[in-house]
Amino acid sequence: MYTTELQKHPSKPVAATEPQELIDAFEARVAADEFIEPKDWMPAAYRRTLVRQISQHAHSEIVGMLPEGNWISRAPSLRRKAVLLAKVQDEGGHGLYLYAAAETLGTAREEMIEALHTGKAKYSTIFNYPTLTWADIGAIGWLVDGAAIMNQVPLQRTSYGPYARAMVRVCKEESFHQRQGYEIMMCMANGTPEQKEMAQDALNRWWWPSLMMFGPPDDESPNTAQSMRWRIKRDTNDELRQHFVDVTVPQAEFLGLTVPDPKLKFNDKTGHYEFGEIDWSEFWNVVKGEGPVAKERMHDRVKAWDEGAWVRDAAAAHAAKQHGARQAAE
Amino acid sequence: MSNEWPLWEVFIRTKGGLSHRHAGSVRAPDAELALRHARDTYTRRLEGVSLWVVPSAQIVASDPHQAGPLFEPAESKIYRHPTFYHVPDNVKHI
Amino acid sequence: MTTASSSTGHRSDPALFDYLLRLGDDSLILAQRLSEWCGHAPMIEVDLSISNVALDLVGQATLLLDYAGEVEGKGRDGDKLAFHRDALRFRNCLLVEQPNGDFGQTMARQYLFSTCQRLLFRGLAQSTDARLAGIAAKALKEIEYHADWSAEWVVRLGDGTPESRERMINGFAWMWRFVDELFQVDEIDAAIAKAGIAPARDSLRAAFNAELKKTFEAATLPLAPLPAAILGGRKGHHSEHLGHLLAAMQFLPRAYPGATW
Repeated sequence: MYTTELQKHPSKPVAATEPQELIDAFEARVAADEFIEPKDWMPAAYRRTLVRQISQHAHSEIVGMLPEGNWISRAPSLRRKAVLLAKVQDEGGHGLYLYAAAETLGTAREEMIEALHTGKAKYSTIFNYPTLTWADIGAIGWLVDGAAIMNQVPLQRTSYGPYARAMVRVCKEESFHQRQGYEIMMCMANGTPEQKEMAQDALNRWWWPSLMMFGPPDDESPNTAQSMRWRIKRDTNDELRQHFVDVTVPQAEFLGLTVPDPKLKFNDKTGHYEFGEIDWSEFWNVVKGEGPVAKERMHDRVKAWDEGAWVRDAAAAHAAKQHGARQAAE
Repeated sequence: MSNEWPLWEVFIRTKGGLSHRHAGSVRAPDAELALRHARDTYTRRLEGVSLWVVPSAQIVASDPHQAGPLFEPAESKIYRHPTFYHVPDNVKHI
Repeated sequence: MTTASSSTGHRSDPALFDYLLRLGDDSLILAQRLSEWCGHAPMIEVDLSISNVALDLVGQATLLLDYAGEVEGKGRDGDKLAFHRDALRFRNCLLVEQPNGDFGQTMARQYLFSTCQRLLFRGLAQSTDARLAGIAAKALKEIEYHADWSAEWVVRLGDGTPESRERMINGFAWMWRFVDELFQVDEIDAAIAKAGIAPARDSLRAAFNAELKKTFEAATLPLAPLPAAILGGRKGHHSEHLGHLLAAMQFLPRAYPGATW
């Protein structure tokens, strides 16, 4: 669903052992908007950054199945049930495309999953917030997927070919995600007083975490410059965040809901909305794993993986037996 | 024994008459489940009418460092393209 | 509503209504169970497979329950039937409401249900009821896939490792009591079969047994004789599990009766 650079410290400088002419040729190709493919030479730092970013993105998709999955069994109509199930399934698919893209860089999916489960790898902070009412499903589609789309569309032109191709597929599939969320919000904002209350409450709870999805402010994003030069990031965090606020506020107004920011106001001169200060201490706490339901999320992922081990083993054992039997017959 | 399911490359024919095209990859323990995983992952939106799966380990790829010797010699063979030849405009159907 | 039901020639036919509930509820309840796996499967690829099956089943349930509502002729649609009936009014078999257990138990349930459903829907695709024949023909393509996919998993888990074999045996042992119910014929089944709307369920048993024998052999699993049937689902007398399933599924429409979603 989404990724942001969650590393607080600058990456290590490029190792001095890498031949300068290879580095220069690589930088020139990237600067010319050429795609880098798995077997091409690339600086170790580029590879490392990509593995971290793509796997973080993949983890976000997989962990992101859980908050919405929480409501599949309680979806209020057959249509909503099918839509939500298809959407959460898509997130799983997107995680899969992204793990596959990261695997082309030489890191196995199992290694990445291990890093997630041991807390070494991060995922988007947004999924550490709970889904308390059905309106949260609307708010996630509308706000969280809306923010994700804004981040992901530029990544279709990212410099690493397998990542870019995965993002093309992801963006195509996600085009319905935000619309279904907004449709739920419309239904509830125009519904009974209780529904409207749920809708407003969901907006209140998801608004600020959604703004945080774009990552720390540019002046605290030490790797942004390098990532932009490498074309693995195409816009800065603050640019994307501003764009999100600009397009989302009118959507909230159309719903008749109030954005929970007393400082929010439109600046006629700049043509942009000004908005209040984001609580970055909350953001960093959630990154550290102190989000309200971070424990539940990791517990669920580890449990699913551990309880699936015997299934993966069994299928591998059966395949080995079949392979042995075929060889014996030849 | 490693319990990691091998990686398979998935190729999809999007409609009759077209060739199969690479779509992505899946993990699967064997060929039958690889096809099912390919179907369940890559054809959920009517993307295909036919699927191929190939163990990724079986793909033999050219070396990007050899791209020069492999592909650049073709650049100078412009006589392989129809625009290389001059035919007067009033000569038709050629 | 009334025009739709009269055009099928079954004006408020109580037997057909009940029969359609049986079919629709089977798909709905199994979809509900399978969707519990979403996000929790042994591998992402398997997660996607399970969700695909669940989505097929939700689609079947929608078509069948909408049609049931039309046959009933009281203005109820699929949503009304799915979310505003209590357990006594549900007509699904006991098998589909059984808990997921582990992946082996889920696959045992899926294999048994889909294998039977495939045989039944092959017959339903030839139904004298054109609307039902159309629904069945569409669903049959989905069901063929579910049956083959679950059989492949039964074989892999049965034959895989000592642990998976034991889990598969336990999974079937849990479900075994509920197999016989799939082939019971009561007065409604008999009336529907007589009208050529559906094959009599007992006529499917031989083909089902042959299919099981084949799969269990490939899976190197022992094929135990069926115990005495535990019945009740078709009359609304369910296991303890269904009430909990419905409590979650129906919560929102029940808590906010006037709301649309």
